[in-house]
Amino acid sequence: MVTLNKESMSVTREVDVIPFRNRLKEMATKIGMGLVNQTKLITAASELSRNMLRYANGGLITLEVVSKGRENGIRLTFKDEGPGIANIEQAMKDGFSTGKSLGLGLPGTRRLVSDFQIDSKVGVGTVVTIVKWKNG
Amino acid sequence: MANLLEFRAINPNIIMKNEAIKVFQKRKKNIQETWMKLQLSDESLREDLMTNEDLRRQSDELLTAFVEALDDNNIDDPRSSNFDPVVDILSAISISRAKQGYTPRETGFYVFSLKDALLHILQQDIKDPQELYTQSLKIIKLIDSFGVTTFETFIKGREEVILRQTDEITEISTPVIKVWDGIVALPIIGTLDSARTQVVMESLLQQIVESSSSIAILDISGVPAVDSLVAQHLLKTVSATRLMGAECIISGIRPEIAQTVVHLGIDLSGIITKASLASALKTAFSILHLQVIKK
Amino acid sequence: MDKIPILRMGDLLLVTIQVDLYDRIAEALEADLVQMINKTGAQGVLIDISAVSIIDSFMGRIIGNIATMSKVLDAETVVVGMQPAVAITLVELGLPLNGVLTALNVEKGMTLLRTKIDIKYNGSDDGNTE
Repeated sequence: MVTLNKESMSVTREVDVIPFRNRLKEMATKIGMGLVNQTKLITAASELSRNMLRYANGGLITLEVVSKGRENGIRLTFKDEGPGIANIEQAMKDGFSTGKSLGLGLPGTRRLVSDFQIDSKVGVGTVVTIVKWKNG
Repeated sequence: MANLLEFRAINPNIIMKNEAIKVFQKRKKNIQETWMKLQLSDESLREDLMTNEDLRRQSDELLTAFVEALDDNNIDDPRSSNFDPVVDILSAISISRAKQGYTPRETGFYVFSLKDALLHILQQDIKDPQELYTQSLKIIKLIDSFGVTTFETFIKGREEVILRQTDEITEISTPVIKVWDGIVALPIIGTLDSARTQVVMESLLQQIVESSSSIAILDISGVPAVDSLVAQHLLKTVSATRLMGAECIISGIRPEIAQTVVHLGIDLSGIITKASLASALKTAFSILHLQVIKK
Repeated sequence: MDKIPILRMGDLLLVTIQVDLYDRIAEALEADLVQMINKTGAQGVLIDISAVSIIDSFMGRIIGNIATMSKVLDAETVVVGMQPAVAITLVELGLPLNGVLTALNVEKGMTLLRTKIDIKYNGSDDGNTE
């Protein structure tokens, strides 16, 4: 995977999410991503940035345009210095099916993107990296 | 530099390269004629696709570009960027020939017959056998590389045709028919793969919004087989339709597909399925509280 | 801070969401709506989301909350105008949105509300499914 463009945005308050989402939409449109894939990507990004705000007082988001062979895509990295996730496996299980309204929404988010990586250490922080290719 | 002989002793290669290039520059017209003769006399000549005049013009353009681009450095390097103008012309010729219907062999012959013409003229002008051999090798390597370029661009040209046809087929094979006020039908013909199912899904939902139809009938009687992934997509399509406030009926499920789906353990109990589009329509009328009365 | 306007149409309340809903505005909407239902005795709430291009789990929860709160206050809620891309994404996300009625547009939404309200008071079941 080759990075073609890279920028970072800091998100510490709710209002910071708006310029982030706008910039993300700009980037996705520029590489020619269709509406449905854009919606999935921005929704996933919305979930993850909300998690960062709610549980870690915000963090840093890196936006990259990446390329793999002929296809272009967008990679987002959400890095926070929050409490970390104790049991990642548990967090990746579907909580929605049991009707819970709490939870990180991670399994659902994962379904929306092409690639999903999560790294977390209790007391240190969490890094979530997602990739969405132009054609899904 | 004391004299030419001394210069030549120190730098033998420099003088020798110049000779082949000098020959080509001097005898360009002969090369043109020889090349045209070779093409016109070959049985693969396609006078039905291109007039001899156009062929001559095309060949002249290529030959001129080639001779002008050739220099001491790039005669050994087919991939030199100095050949870019030549490659551009060659690629354009190859793509347009592909679109016209030339076979790759015919376009290949076009390039390789140039090689023959070049070697033929070289043989007339370079007397030293060792030098003739060395120079000929360089030319052969160069033109062979150009030949490969024509094949590559030929394939690319055909791929573009295929892509365009695929798009057309996709469009034709997923028509949307308004069967009644508030009811649309999508009869799908042909194989449903994961990618196509997603396109169908988006198209269906878009149609529902645009026509304000409360009911969409997805008829799959023209679909030979459905795999697990496609079945999942169909279920998601129904869910998405309901989220939007409409209903989706799936009709035309063949017995084979019914069997496959059950064996795959897919739960179809939440969706409305009908054997035929006709019965789906009947159900749709009933949902909309419409009744058909015989006069 | 912008507030989302709530329009009154007879015994129905109409809310049109045109901006990105985030926490404070959403919670204010919930509170305002509940107050209005109580004050006006509205029988139905229509939420128009045709201008909303992203609905994440938070927004989904807000919609669900509004439906539940309204129900407690004896009003029905219908959500109208969901965009196809949003519907597809919500299905993938796995948001159930239970107990939320939906319709394609405001007109159909109002018709649906009328039917639901009528059933409530006249007790007839004409086979409508949710």
